[in-house]
Amino acid sequence: MLRLPRLKYLRPASAREAARMAAELGPRAMFVAGGTDLYPKLKRRQFEVDTLIGLDFLDRRIDGVIGAGVTLSEASRHPDLRRRFPGYAQAAGLVSSPPLRNAGTIGGNLCVDTRCNYYDMTYEWRKAAGFCLKKDGDICLVAPSSPRCWAVSSSDTAPMAIALDGVVILVGPDDERELPVAELYRDDGIEYMGKEPAEVVTGLRLRAEPGTRSAYVKLRRRGSIDFPIAGAAFAARLEGDEVSSCRLVLSAVASHPLEATAAEAFLKGRRLDAETVREAAELAAKPAKPLDNADLNHFWRKRMVRVVVEQALTSLSDQTAGFGG
Amino acid sequence: MRVVGKPLPKVDAAPKVTGRAMYADDMLPARTLHCRILRSPHPHARIVSIDTSGARRIQGVVAVITGADLPVKFGILPVTQDERALEHEKVRYVGDPIAAVAATEEEIAAAACDAIDVEYDVLQPVMSIDAALETPKDERIQEYGGPNNVHKFVTLEFGDVEGGFARADHVREDVFFYQGNTHLPMEQHSAVATYIDGRVTLWSSTQVVHYVHRALSKVLELPMHRIRVIGAAHGGGFGGKTDPFAHEIIVAKLAMLTGRPVKCTLTREEVFYAHRGRHPVLMWVRTGVTRDGRIAAMHFRSALDGGAYGSYGVASTFYTGALQTVTYDIPAYRFEGCRVFTNKPPCGPKRGHGTPQPRFALELHLEKIALDLGLEPVDVKRRNFVRPDTRTVNWLRVTSCGLPECTDKVLAASRFLERKRTPGHGMGFAISSYLSGAGTAIYWNDMPHSEVQIKVDRGGVTAYCGAMDIGQGSDSVLATIVAEELGLQPSDVRLVTADTDTTPIDLGSYSSRVTFMAGNAALEAARKMRALLVEAVEASGRKYEEVSFEDASVLAEARFGTLATAGSYTPPPIAGPYKGSGVGPSPAYSYSACVVDLDVDARTGLVHVNKVWIAHDVGRAINPLLVEGQVEGSVYMGLGEALMEEQVFRRGLHKWPSMLEYKSPTFLDMPDVETFIVETLDREGPYGAKEAGQGPLLPVPPAVCAAVHDALGVWIDEIPVTPEKILEALRRKEKGEPARYGPHRFPSIPYPPTIKVDAPPPTT
Amino acid sequence: MKNEVLRDVERVVLTLDVNGETRQLLVPVHKTLLEVLREDMQLTGTKHGCELGECGTCTVLIDGKPHLSCLALPVQLEGRAITTIEGMAAGSELHPLQVAFAELGAAQCGYCSPGILLSARSLLEENPKPSRADIQEALAGNLCRCTGYTKILQAVELAAERMR
Repeated sequence: MLRLPRLKYLRPASAREAARMAAELGPRAMFVAGGTDLYPKLKRRQFEVDTLIGLDFLDRRIDGVIGAGVTLSEASRHPDLRRRFPGYAQAAGLVSSPPLRNAGTIGGNLCVDTRCNYYDMTYEWRKAAGFCLKKDGDICLVAPSSPRCWAVSSSDTAPMAIALDGVVILVGPDDERELPVAELYRDDGIEYMGKEPAEVVTGLRLRAEPGTRSAYVKLRRRGSIDFPIAGAAFAARLEGDEVSSCRLVLSAVASHPLEATAAEAFLKGRRLDAETVREAAELAAKPAKPLDNADLNHFWRKRMVRVVVEQALTSLSDQTAGFGG
Repeated sequence: MRVVGKPLPKVDAAPKVTGRAMYADDMLPARTLHCRILRSPHPHARIVSIDTSGARRIQGVVAVITGADLPVKFGILPVTQDERALEHEKVRYVGDPIAAVAATEEEIAAAACDAIDVEYDVLQPVMSIDAALETPKDERIQEYGGPNNVHKFVTLEFGDVEGGFARADHVREDVFFYQGNTHLPMEQHSAVATYIDGRVTLWSSTQVVHYVHRALSKVLELPMHRIRVIGAAHGGGFGGKTDPFAHEIIVAKLAMLTGRPVKCTLTREEVFYAHRGRHPVLMWVRTGVTRDGRIAAMHFRSALDGGAYGSYGVASTFYTGALQTVTYDIPAYRFEGCRVFTNKPPCGPKRGHGTPQPRFALELHLEKIALDLGLEPVDVKRRNFVRPDTRTVNWLRVTSCGLPECTDKVLAASRFLERKRTPGHGMGFAISSYLSGAGTAIYWNDMPHSEVQIKVDRGGVTAYCGAMDIGQGSDSVLATIVAEELGLQPSDVRLVTADTDTTPIDLGSYSSRVTFMAGNAALEAARKMRALLVEAVEASGRKYEEVSFEDASVLAEARFGTLATAGSYTPPPIAGPYKGSGVGPSPAYSYSACVVDLDVDARTGLVHVNKVWIAHDVGRAINPLLVEGQVEGSVYMGLGEALMEEQVFRRGLHKWPSMLEYKSPTFLDMPDVETFIVETLDREGPYGAKEAGQGPLLPVPPAVCAAVHDALGVWIDEIPVTPEKILEALRRKEKGEPARYGPHRFPSIPYPPTIKVDAPPPTT
Repeated sequence: MKNEVLRDVERVVLTLDVNGETRQLLVPVHKTLLEVLREDMQLTGTKHGCELGECGTCTVLIDGKPHLSCLALPVQLEGRAITTIEGMAAGSELHPLQVAFAELGAAQCGYCSPGILLSARSLLEENPKPSRADIQEALAGNLCRCTGYTKILQAVELAAERMR
């Protein structure tokens, strides 16, 4: 069977201690919470570290802040979250499969590694294919003339956290800060995180105002297990029938959660009728650039972006308002 | 009947629901060494040198072997002995085994494999049927076969094909493609070997202990009596564990070298490389029909992408042409088959072995013919149904046939003919047939295909048979038959199965043969035992039914001494009088009919299957619960193939050898299935039984495609039916192009001259 | 990869609660719960199909909830109640789910059965009267290649009915 490499496991008692350990050990060490993203990648030798820093101390409470140690199943079922941020609870409940959601944490899902079907392979497969830019190689196998890595941001909850105006609480070796979730990511398949490597995500605060409605639509081949191959996270406040403010963020179409700013601007002040929904979806889909590194044909996936956006917008207009903030 | 026909629990249900069943990887004898295999990173290359010194230096490594240690070639078919357990001259696909390490820990064995240096002379890979038909750029993949990279040609003509086409009112040609896919058993292949007192014992996750036994004997150069192969509890086969495999030979060799138990469990990725799955097949079919849709003549061509080795490929090639005539009465038939070698994991037998692809083509081809003629496809198919107790034009003997009953059942239950036509919603109908065991063995011999021994003493009954239960319930079938004859419950019968030392031969769980063949052997042995018991009881002046089994057995043992009986089964000599007639004959054929109901979104191309109705002529359901399970599982696998599963390659590599990216439907992707069991009581089957494990898969993919056409008016002439193909077909339809997605041409193939075979004399 | 095995193996003494029994074990830190159950505790009823969290075969219960044992480290599990298939029956009395699976032919090759039985048990403890959709959703992380799921769904429904 596939096994983990030999490892040390450190058990810091606090985020500060964990961050200090990470700062000291550098790239030899990684944080682990639920492990559902980390362990497969260690088994496939996509990550090569000799030390894990356990984040078992992470908060598992949900109040004003959602503790980073809250599992995806807890988040998806939490009555208060479902009421206030239905799109977020929905997104958490659509990650992978039930047993995985019982271990995977909301903090982990925000940090989930970018994916590519040239990269998410065993060591032996990658060795046979030729190693890629993201690990051990010097070429992008999806776009060989490209100087950058095109691995895909595949978090379901990150786009929704951005749409709900979320901030993460980051604890570093010496300080603590809040960072808008939108700034937690960079448009790069390799250096996809905007935080310092030694910073620990300890919580998520969704700042969307009361009355914000939200919805997440995920496209994948099967009803379970699969990562998104396109997704739309939409949050909006309506005044009467009109959108007074909104955010629309796409998953799995770029190396970072892709905010559809043109569509957002277009939607402001409009009613979510069929025509508006169609045009907004058109605008949203434009910047999406799926490549041939995930499931199904990428031209088809590009066409589907419009569809998931329309579904998200439509389902939201049918929804009763959540009580954000 | 007392137990036959009853929905009783499987005899091995308890160990399976409690975790007690011992699968090969569950075994860990004391001092076990763990084996990992180094595999080729190149699809096609000559091996210049192998340096294992780096591996040997690692602490914990006990033995390292290469092809030089196991040079003898093997293969499942006698005509294609083209595999080595470890290859030291040339590799032919990414995943071809090169060296093996036995170490104290699996992680050490894996690291040691990585420390082996192999120098390659890389050759141009051949990755498609078209490429295989061209002159090789560097060299051919295998040294034998036809021109270029052709492995096998079959060219047969039965009856007056030219005359048939001349008499036809309408002639139609179509081209279809069925992508390859794999078995994906939940259990990864695993084997454990020991070598004690000069004898090898191997426990393996195999479907056929006997063929593994033969291959071990050949490659290890040990007589068969010094080798024992035992089938461990089995975690799923579907045809994928029917070949002898490299890892089985390797652990035996390593056990011999180290004197310690050696275990090898393949990783999931290695299971994709072991493969032997569904061949990708390109098909061309031309049929002439009369005005009312009666078939006058058919010409069928298939091109199989075989992968790098022979495996069952010769048989697979014949199977793509053999069973067309078993569902439809085709008075004149020409078949041209061609299998090519490519630099991919070898294809072989997956559930339906070589027949789901032509079944898909034929069912859709007839749908199109019916529409050409303005007729209801169901009527055209019905009009051509083969009749019971006939011989087909290619000499296949049909006995019982429940096609009309199966068709009636699914049409009535689904209200198929009364369906409302709404865009985006469709229903499709298809039929199929499959063998109840191959009529000839893999290697030519006159011996029985299955043997059963029964021992009775002091009230206990034990049945011995080489048959391997792979989850389909063959142990339960054996126990049920013995129990029925002796007046017991299946749970009263102890079983010893799949052990080459202690059980008589059975050729294994492939070609849907076990219920029919081992069942008949068990029936004979049980009836002989019953006769002894009855005679002893009656000699005491009582009737068998009046005494307990314990008393009967005591009376019989006292009267006859040791109570042991045996039965065996040899298929009747039914093959036709021509070369190649050995593939296709079966003592009986099962029949199925199926209706699929689905919605398909014209905007996304996404298909949602609402329900499947399926009726299966199993002859007699010895256990209806098990028959339903086989039918439902077949529908599942058929839907997976039809909609999402595909074994595809990129840069010479398997594109996605993982459970995540190779899409197997989940609980949320499976529709309701309504199953109807049709019983035709075959005169040669045990209590009339025929097969159930493979046939019901076959009608599912064509029924899906027919339903998509019903919904949107586009033909998807290619499996799997993915959303992008549907959208592309719709785009073509909109532009006024032919409303289909599928292959446009069949390659030009240099077939040898056709062998003409006279049709059999008409049945009286 | 070659050099990995030159690293020392870090071992820790752990107290694990498995099937209601507390066991103290010396465990290499990098061994997953799946490996420790199968190789160090001889609880081979827990199977594996991918070791990457993609198939659900290795599912066990941790504090009553289904978890993938291939993606769990024992060092993170002290003080939590682990239940494997070996702990499902009460003595020699099978759990109603096990009885229903046997009766209805829900286990064919049986390889996915331990994981599915445990997932189903967790569901029924939480929701004694699940709809068919609830069952499908709860078991959606467990793949089965033999049954087409039909008999499994029927067996869970039968067991639920008997347990009420």
